[in-house]
Amino acid sequence: MNDDRYEIRFGGSGGQGIILAAVILAEAAALYDKKYVSQTQSYGPEARGGKSKAEVVISSREIDYPKVITMDFFLAMNQAALDAYFYDFKPNGLLVVDSTFVEQVPTSRVIAIPFTSIARELGRELVANVVALGAVGLLCPAVGAEGLRQAVLGRVPPKTVELNSKAFAAGAEAANAFDLDSLPRSITSDEEREI
Amino acid sequence: MEEKMMAESARLRHEYLRHDKKFPHVWCPGCGIGIVLGSLIRAIDSLGLDKDELVLASGIGCSGRLPVYVDFNTIHTTHGRALTFATGIKLANPSLTVMTVMGDGDATAIGGNHFIHAARRNLNLTAIIINNQIYGMTGGQYSPTTPYGSNSATSVYGHIEHAFSIAELAVTAGASYVARGTVYHVPALDKLIARGIEKEGFSVIEIMSNCHTQYGRRNKMPDPVTMMKWFRDQAVSVSRAAKMEAAELEGKFTIGILADRDKPSYTSEYQHIREQALHQEKKK
Amino acid sequence: MDSKQSGTISLLQGNEAIVKGALAAGCRFFAGYPITPASEIAELMSINLPKVGGTFIQMEDEIAGIGAIIGASLAGVKSLTATSGPGFSLMQENLGFACITETPCVIVNVMRGGPSTGLPTSPGQGDVMQARWGTHGIHPIVVLSVSSVLDSFEITIHAFNISEKYRIPVIILSDEVVAHTRESITIPDQTGFEEVNRIKPSVPPEWYHPYEDNSRGVPPMASFGDGYRHHVTGLVHDVHGYPTQRVDEIDAFQRRQFRKITNGFYEIQMTKSTMLDDAEIAVIAYGSVSRSALRAIKMARERGIKAGLLHLITLFPFPRQTAEQVLRQCRAVLVPEMNLGQISREVKRVNLSSKIEKINRIDGQLITPEEIFKKLLEM
Repeated sequence: MNDDRYEIRFGGSGGQGIILAAVILAEAAALYDKKYVSQTQSYGPEARGGKSKAEVVISSREIDYPKVITMDFFLAMNQAALDAYFYDFKPNGLLVVDSTFVEQVPTSRVIAIPFTSIARELGRELVANVVALGAVGLLCPAVGAEGLRQAVLGRVPPKTVELNSKAFAAGAEAANAFDLDSLPRSITSDEEREI
Repeated sequence: MEEKMMAESARLRHEYLRHDKKFPHVWCPGCGIGIVLGSLIRAIDSLGLDKDELVLASGIGCSGRLPVYVDFNTIHTTHGRALTFATGIKLANPSLTVMTVMGDGDATAIGGNHFIHAARRNLNLTAIIINNQIYGMTGGQYSPTTPYGSNSATSVYGHIEHAFSIAELAVTAGASYVARGTVYHVPALDKLIARGIEKEGFSVIEIMSNCHTQYGRRNKMPDPVTMMKWFRDQAVSVSRAAKMEAAELEGKFTIGILADRDKPSYTSEYQHIREQALHQEKKK
Repeated sequence: MDSKQSGTISLLQGNEAIVKGALAAGCRFFAGYPITPASEIAELMSINLPKVGGTFIQMEDEIAGIGAIIGASLAGVKSLTATSGPGFSLMQENLGFACITETPCVIVNVMRGGPSTGLPTSPGQGDVMQARWGTHGIHPIVVLSVSSVLDSFEITIHAFNISEKYRIPVIILSDEVVAHTRESITIPDQTGFEEVNRIKPSVPPEWYHPYEDNSRGVPPMASFGDGYRHHVTGLVHDVHGYPTQRVDEIDAFQRRQFRKITNGFYEIQMTKSTMLDDAEIAVIAYGSVSRSALRAIKMARERGIKAGLLHLITLFPFPRQTAEQVLRQCRAVLVPEMNLGQISREVKRVNLSSKIEKINRIDGQLITPEEIFKKLLEM
């Protein structure tokens, strides 16, 4: 398909700020990067229990289908969400997990960062989603890190700007320790692709 | 004296009834709704209101046909819903004087929910409820105000439900002004209506009226005069009722003003909301 | 409209865009009752209307909501209500009142799965025929559908304009997907909109016949308080607005209702065509499903299949002429819907020789591009 559609999913439990994080990511792509975006989420009982998901599609062209078809990027904040929402992962997609809660990963194209532990060290577990966004800004090629940082700070209550600023930086720093090139390029082998 | 009254009546009819509407009206000879119409016109005339600024909304039933005869802005809405339309009209243009005329079934059965919420909300509307204790237009079926034990087209073995007291319901629901009158006590009725229109806030005037055709005929009051006598004998003024024992009041109803209290009106409260919203917007 | 034109870029949900569209169209009154997935519209109206001198009120139920907006419109203020399935069912009675009294107003129904309480948080398209025929009796009605956040903004403006111009209630059918999807859109500067307002009488009050026919079939409309003291009734009425039982007056009244809308087909019936010029097969879709269909025809084109899309914005009056062209041209037409076939019946009704295929999902899930694409491969 002749488009540069980039598909992102965030999964976690209700209360981890998954939907807000997706809205902020979408805002960054739309308002700062001037891209077309479409952001959706699962509503209803599902969102209140163990797992919820939110999706963002980013493109330089108008977006037809608004939901994720196959994921380029999956941020999983707990094991239940990872297990439930991993199904349409692209072979060359990137999985980022909160290693505070995720023990088993289904792919080798994964980066594990203890977002929640980092947030706890900063004093507020609640900012785990912003720590994660800091990492997303660095690891996700579809969104600019600076735009994302501004979008975060534009959304949070004025009193928490400093804390969130630290959280975002901590996430970015943690992500910076990883070398994306060291990951396998795709989880399907070259032979498989030839077939 | 009589000549003077006739001249006055002619003036009022000329001033307030629609000239291009084909009379006669739809009501039975002797129907109480005509008396209510007269009272309403005299009340409005006594207040000197501008016809262009008056809106009269009705629901469905015999009472629903009242607005078409008067030369105001008039609307004959759906069954039970007159107050919902009136709410929209008043909020859209608070300078209008908005009144509704409803029947007992209209206001307290199908429109009961709208009625109690309009009273609670306290929007500046005047609700005239013509209570003839029956569904007249559809042929005499029992309504929420049909007395226990009465006969109707749907209670031929005697009515086993208990009646609403509309005025008391309005008092409890929070209306600013509540009055009850009858089509027998006409000069008093003129004043009760006028006071209701003047009153800031939600006003209810319940009017006991005769449907001898559908209610009276089935309940040993087959003509208007018998029903008028019944109103005369059963009505007790609010002040007199206060001194009476409950047993003495059995089967009777009070007339006069049941509530007259001041609350901030909805439209003035909403004006504050507008100012507050603008203020917050400017602060951004 | 190109969403990258000059103006303010915003990230909005469909429901938010409806509010922006309504305000841009001059709507200054909202009355409604909370219901998922439409409540955001009421919430945002309660915040924004007072800032522009408008009025918001939460009523005791949806019956009251639509009653109040009709009342406000009769007093001269453009009005909106928004609901979902169960509330839309409650509105049917007064919707008929708006029809027979020719009162402009806009009703949003964010469709969810039904019947009854159904699937409150899942999308559906089960209310299409209800929107057309839900209120009793013969009546024309305008039903528009929205498929995106941009649509939600633009089509809401169209809805108000059509409603004002033709004195008819306009229903906007959204669905849970469109309502809650956030997309970036550019809200153009205020001056960019065409705002249509009802025509008011220019004659003195004693000459005013509020329901008198004219070449357009749309009589000028005085507001309560304008000095034209007219009568409005849900009974069939004569040119004065008074109830009538004269057969000649009844017939003339009923037929004018349809004639005024037929006269406006050229602008009321809105569709969007994509890759239809050389299409051999086509998809006819509306609402969120049209988004999946758009992707599916692109996928088909990559495979060398000449597929096109007719995206219906106006569902009723059904855009027959445009649909007929597609049906004449294409050997097969696919109608995907989140119901068991409602618009497909309209398509079949106007079809001559094309083969009509359907995809129907009634499990509360949006039909995917893949599902449509696979069907196109078979056609």
